[in-house]
Amino acid sequence: MVLARLAGRRLALAVPALAGVVVVTFLLNRALPGDPAAFFAGPAATQQAIHEIRVKLGLDRTLPEQFLLYVRDLARGDLGKSLTTGQPVIADLLTRLPASLELTLCGLALALAVALPLGVLAAVRPGSWIDHAARVTTTAGVSLPIFFTGLLLVYVFYYLLGWAPAPLGRLDAFSSPPVARTGFYLADSLLARDSALFRAALRQLVLPALTLGLFAMAPIARMTRAAMLGVLGSDFVRTARAMGLAPRTVLLTYALRNALLPVVTLLGMVFSFLLGANVLVEKVFAWPGIGSYALEALIASDYAPVQGFVLMMASIYVVLNLTIDVLYGLIDARVRIEA
Amino acid sequence: MSQALRHARYVVTENPVTLAAFALFSGFVLLAVVGPWVAPFDPLLSDTARALQPPTWRHWLGTDQIGRDILSRILVATRLDLVIALAAVAISFGLGSLAGACAGFFGGWTDRIVTRVVDTIMAFPLFVLAMGIVAALGNTLANVVIATAIINLPFYARMARAEAHVRRAAGFVEAARLAGNGPGRVLVMHVFPNCLPPMMVQASLNLGWAILNAAGLSFIGLGVRPPTPEWGIMVAEGAAFIVSGEWWIALFPGLTLMLAVFCFNLLGDGLRDLIDPRGRT
Amino acid sequence: MSEPPLLSVEDLSVEFKTRDGVVRVLESVSFDVRRGETVGIVGESGSGKSVTAFSILGILASAARVTGGRALFAGVDLLTASERERNRYRGRELSMVFQNPRTALNPIRPVGKQIADLLLRHGNVPRASVRDRVLELLARVQIPDPVRRYHAYPFELSGGMCQRVMIALAVAGAPRLLIADEPTTGLDVTTQGEILDLLDGLTAQSRMATVVITHDLALVAERCDRIVVMHAGHVVESARARELFTTPRHPYTARLIAATPRPRAKLGELLPIPGSVPDLRAALPPCRYRSRCDRAQSACDQAPLPTTRVAPDHVVACRFPR
Repeated sequence: MVLARLAGRRLALAVPALAGVVVVTFLLNRALPGDPAAFFAGPAATQQAIHEIRVKLGLDRTLPEQFLLYVRDLARGDLGKSLTTGQPVIADLLTRLPASLELTLCGLALALAVALPLGVLAAVRPGSWIDHAARVTTTAGVSLPIFFTGLLLVYVFYYLLGWAPAPLGRLDAFSSPPVARTGFYLADSLLARDSALFRAALRQLVLPALTLGLFAMAPIARMTRAAMLGVLGSDFVRTARAMGLAPRTVLLTYALRNALLPVVTLLGMVFSFLLGANVLVEKVFAWPGIGSYALEALIASDYAPVQGFVLMMASIYVVLNLTIDVLYGLIDARVRIEA
Repeated sequence: MSQALRHARYVVTENPVTLAAFALFSGFVLLAVVGPWVAPFDPLLSDTARALQPPTWRHWLGTDQIGRDILSRILVATRLDLVIALAAVAISFGLGSLAGACAGFFGGWTDRIVTRVVDTIMAFPLFVLAMGIVAALGNTLANVVIATAIINLPFYARMARAEAHVRRAAGFVEAARLAGNGPGRVLVMHVFPNCLPPMMVQASLNLGWAILNAAGLSFIGLGVRPPTPEWGIMVAEGAAFIVSGEWWIALFPGLTLMLAVFCFNLLGDGLRDLIDPRGRT
Repeated sequence: MSEPPLLSVEDLSVEFKTRDGVVRVLESVSFDVRRGETVGIVGESGSGKSVTAFSILGILASAARVTGGRALFAGVDLLTASERERNRYRGRELSMVFQNPRTALNPIRPVGKQIADLLLRHGNVPRASVRDRVLELLARVQIPDPVRRYHAYPFELSGGMCQRVMIALAVAGAPRLLIADEPTTGLDVTTQGEILDLLDGLTAQSRMATVVITHDLALVAERCDRIVVMHAGHVVESARARELFTTPRHPYTARLIAATPRPRAKLGELLPIPGSVPDLRAALPPCRYRSRCDRAQSACDQAPLPTTRVAPDHVVACRFPR
């Protein structure tokens, strides 16, 4: 109940954000170089043909009218058609979305699994080797270009050590994808009880997820450490210790839960970076997600997919921010209970 | 003034890392200026007989797939990368801080419009927005600069707005007003200059990020076109050869990129210590 | 009277490591607390009252170090005991009520759950009846409508109520000694009285010993059996309350008493204590009150500062007590 009310309130705030996104993508749409009608008509078209296409595309209307048409199309789920695949953009995007989501979620999970404990330990044992390790990770992680990290990992683990498979996408040449129920190869292969396929998919995931994870680890570990240090010196942690509570209770229930608040807020920014970094990682590892879809279209001067991609990424981001706000409200009652 | 210098000297000597970062920064700036002259080879000169050579005495960092000297290309690329980053940060700093300062100072509709624009920019994952802008406006270097400037705008706008807001409420704005200064004059001569120091810290941290952004965009083929030497595009060109073991083509430009970003980050931290020693972690 | 004191602090010395050097925050602090007694520790801010309490409980900041002395609680030296042993005493035999109750409570956890955490840890209370025990405690500290307040967060409660919750936390384990650090600072006068009455009542019910740390002399005059006066990390005088006020022997104590505002006294009649608490980072004379004392003589610079027992229960740290 509380959750519903909280979500509802945050949803209301998300609407203007989405509206802004739609307006911007529309403007980007219309800012295309050249005359789209002539482009679609082809080099051999007559003036008449170009004019007809212009009317069909609605380009002869005023800008506000065009905007309304654009919104109407969006509401119908029409993002245009890709010139290179010949499919509706929305269909292409939805087919390729699970690949990107699986990658990003694994990267994030990896980052959290390493960065949170690292940050906590670094705060609990200041000056120790783990503290220094945390500091090096965060400083280096912030400076490394993500595409470079990915390439380095490929060079070391694939070329030199031979531990990782070739960066050729979600599966190696010998495996075929599982029956698509969620679109996530890991989940689908488990559902199909095909453990060999699960392992194959996992092997391909390791390096790209690690690349994304390393990237996200830095800010999360830094913030966790800083927040924990702050909280560990606070009055209420001192009270908890004076009450003789078990050290683990003090650390987890009292200290960490409070320290997580700024970390949750930070996740918004981390997601912004992750979604952008996704594109770069997909290129390095030939991952068939929406990022590489947009890149291929870009190279072929096929603009509808690129715009669809931007719109979809932005929408995902708005939803993610909404989720983060709700999560924050769940942890911190002060935000929930507004007088 | 001398007190500021003394404080600067204290910070620099207290923290040798900042000193090192500053030296490195100066090195990069120097390279940007004299790069083309100190490069041993012509960065565009291809020598297919010597293609794909690992580092040797002749070519210290090796050659790429069409025999161009990698060291020369990296040195010459310094200018391009720094110029892109500086231009982008300068534009976003200038526009953003002005817009933010006006928003915080005047409030009302100015504030609402600026906030709405900034929030809309921030509703996008920033790199994706940069991609979209370059794709829409056209694949040129100028557009890469514009796109990077736009996505960096919010940081400055928000900061300037907050600072201006605080100073608007502070007494000395009232005093300046009472002395007969019109609101515009108060803004430009009193409020704005005081907002600058924390934003300069942000600017140097942003330079690192702007370089990464520009490199990322050129890695995916936006902005810089071959054969122009630029760190990001060199990594992209070298990427294809990593799987066959020719590591030097991508590694050296990547390391240079990392070094530059690292340098700007350290510089930013050092500047922050200089301006606000309370903020040290 | 013949039983050994419940808490016996002997020669406690604590120092802090700071950027500017080592600060000797406490030096040779000694006092006793007997079962069922209420002892007041008074002094200006910075005199080391809270640090004394934190040292006994073992919750000093990491920059602090105990450099000497003992804190015997029922025969066990808490200062040399292992952290595990100390944890067994904390919240159970020995507990503390902190200043600023709202910040001393976990802001994102309902207060009922915080008390429950303590009960589950110490009380040998079966899980099923924890909630009832918490409600009992909330009622005992006179929080109205305990059922509703169980789920309340600290930010939803007034300062006085937060303090009651703190007290509930402190007495939940039925401690033998309760240390209250500035329990009424920041509360309005009416609430102050209520809180102190509550503490008195709880003390009387269970023969719990209480240490009240405060800068408010009037408070200790009314409610304490014995008083310990601290200045700049030293105990300068300790005596039974009545005796301290009728015959203060240390110049600082006399000044403190004289400086306390009385009703109908005019502003101009107030007698502040000259000078300020000395900088504890610098080298200090054996008597840290020397620079502010109007009776100081050259002999006062001789180390060590003697502690004179002027009466059976009255100790003064002065070379020339009145």
